[in-house]
Amino acid sequence: MAARQRTASAGSVEQLLAAKEIVIHCGSGGVGKTTTAAAVAAMAAVHLGGKVLVLTVDPAKRLANALGLEAFGNVETQVPRQAFLDAGAEPRGELWAAMLDTKESWDDLVRRHAPDAGTRDAILANPLYKNITGRFVQSHDYIAMERLYEIHASGRFDLIVVDTPPTRNAIDFLEAPERMADFFSSRLLRWLTVPARSRVLSMASKPFYSVADRILGSKFLEDIAEFFLLFQTMYKGFVIRAEAVARTLADHRTTFVVVSTLESAPVREAEFFIDALDDRGLHLGAVVLNKVLPPWFLDEGTTATAKAMVADAVSLAKVLPEELGSPDQVGRVLREVGESFLNFQVVANREAEMRAELSAAPEVVASVPYFDHDITDLAGLLQLGEQIWR
Amino acid sequence: MRELLERKLVFVTGKGGVGKSTIAASLALLAAQQGKRTLVGEIDAKGNLADFFETGPTAFKERELAPNLWGMSMDTEESLKEYLSLQLKIPLLAKVGVLARTFDFVANAAPGVKEILTVGKFLWEVREGHYDLVVVDAVASGHITGQLAAPQAIQELVQVGMVRDQTDWMIEILGDHDQTGAVIVAAPEEMPVNETLELAARLREETVVELAAVVANRVLPELFGRGEEEVFEALAADDRTPSPADLLGAAVGGPVRPILDGAQLAVTLRRTRGVHLARLRDELPTGTPLLYVPYLFQRSHGARATRQVAEHLAEELGY
Repeated sequence: MAARQRTASAGSVEQLLAAKEIVIHCGSGGVGKTTTAAAVAAMAAVHLGGKVLVLTVDPAKRLANALGLEAFGNVETQVPRQAFLDAGAEPRGELWAAMLDTKESWDDLVRRHAPDAGTRDAILANPLYKNITGRFVQSHDYIAMERLYEIHASGRFDLIVVDTPPTRNAIDFLEAPERMADFFSSRLLRWLTVPARSRVLSMASKPFYSVADRILGSKFLEDIAEFFLLFQTMYKGFVIRAEAVARTLADHRTTFVVVSTLESAPVREAEFFIDALDDRGLHLGAVVLNKVLPPWFLDEGTTATAKAMVADAVSLAKVLPEELGSPDQVGRVLREVGESFLNFQVVANREAEMRAELSAAPEVVASVPYFDHDITDLAGLLQLGEQIWR
Repeated sequence: MRELLERKLVFVTGKGGVGKSTIAASLALLAAQQGKRTLVGEIDAKGNLADFFETGPTAFKERELAPNLWGMSMDTEESLKEYLSLQLKIPLLAKVGVLARTFDFVANAAPGVKEILTVGKFLWEVREGHYDLVVVDAVASGHITGQLAAPQAIQELVQVGMVRDQTDWMIEILGDHDQTGAVIVAAPEEMPVNETLELAARLREETVVELAAVVANRVLPELFGRGEEEVFEALAADDRTPSPADLLGAAVGGPVRPILDGAQLAVTLRRTRGVHLARLRDELPTGTPLLYVPYLFQRSHGARATRQVAEHLAEELGY
């Protein structure tokens, strides 16, 4: 596939963010979602102003430290202005950070939706509750989107930049609100809770229960049923809420940034994600390519030079001043240097191909080079952010 | 400690993006090459196990990928169907489908059930002795302990019934260090190393599974031998005219600066990563085998790369 280069009308991440209120970073695990999200949020705080929140699902202490914070949790914490000044930046706005605490967020949700104090306490004390909220399919995905919605609806922030859970399937979290609503309104759930409501089973459900009894044990089934009966009292609130979350994701004020490295597996996931966004009519704002090798690895003239360096290493060594070392030694170094270039070039070529595949869809493609040092402070984040920004 | 490939069941995990599947595929290939009847199973729904062997897609029903090597992809609904037909001897198989769908729903809702269907399938293959070795391309580090501890979780939550009855033998196999082990794959970067160290501790605290080895994947080569780095620095120095790069450029008739910059990048990357690698080595529990797999400079990551990684692993394991 030929790379469609950026068209003249294409903008920058800066322009994109200036018009949005929610930016969702997604992509395969390990591609740098959290770091790029924090970098983009920091840039927004510096250049766009207003109150910017980076909401992360990744409990990385390192990110907290990079932002000049001891730690941050479920409650939003402001990054000190001094941290920006120390990094040589004059922020027009404020940067806040929060981390998603799944358990705490679920507890909040239950408190909000429970019809009365009795039900609320019964749910929070239920032995299955912790397990279910911890492991329930998409519970993590759902709660991330729910919390995003809650913060956005509160109007406390002008821009929220969020990274997404490392879901098994990139698309899971997009469907989480819908699935949650489906789940609570499903006939299967009602069916499952029948025995707890009535001891009289219909003919149709009897075989199911007898088999279920043998496999899971009736006590466990009853526990599950009881729990879901309690949970169902929150049904209405949940469904309305889930629908609202889904609407927010599709809103024109929300945009998605797909982050990927140029290795084959993450690229495949990114492509899958781009298609999924398209299918759902969600807005793909930008693709951020992370840890990209510098473009000069692809230069053809340089390739020929590197090959010559490898082939004629010893004779080339002789044109260099003697104090560098013996021609043998200098020759060996020249050969290593040339070979290293050619090695990296193989990777750079592969990357270029991947890049062409990913560049076709979005309006904005940003590349972040391979940083040869770790990002440990706000200055580092802003340096990375500069690469994405324009 | 029991040698890695002498075990019966190996779970391969690690932070996303570190090459967990590559290592799982290569370990399985190596075992098969060593004459072991091997099954490699992927749990993740991504379904790219087949790419590592270039054989076309794998399904729940295992298929031969190479001599001695079979591959399968986990599908909890299929696993449940298999379980039901094996355990319940339900006469009408057609009905199993409906039942299985219903149970899939229960499995989604009930904690631990889905995990036990996943882990249980591999444990069952081990118990039945169908293979000499089962290698599982397991879930990423965030979810692995939940999966490996599922039988215990079920024991706590479920008092009676068939699922409960199954957990005893499962825990026994999982906790038998001669039979079962976990492998964590790490890349020599800060976050993957942190996550590896955390996971090593969590495996010990939350599961009965022994950490059998850690694989440091994509380790960059040392570019220069003794004394050569000084030569390189002098070569790359820009403090006189003509610089060594100018002289070289004139002699070779092309741009030399980018080539020197490329080598500099390689040296710096190797150095920063070396720090994380050293930390990994120092902070892992004493006695944990640490296997190094070099970065592969090549075009694609297909069957050829799998074979190359298998060769490196063979060397590290002393084959």
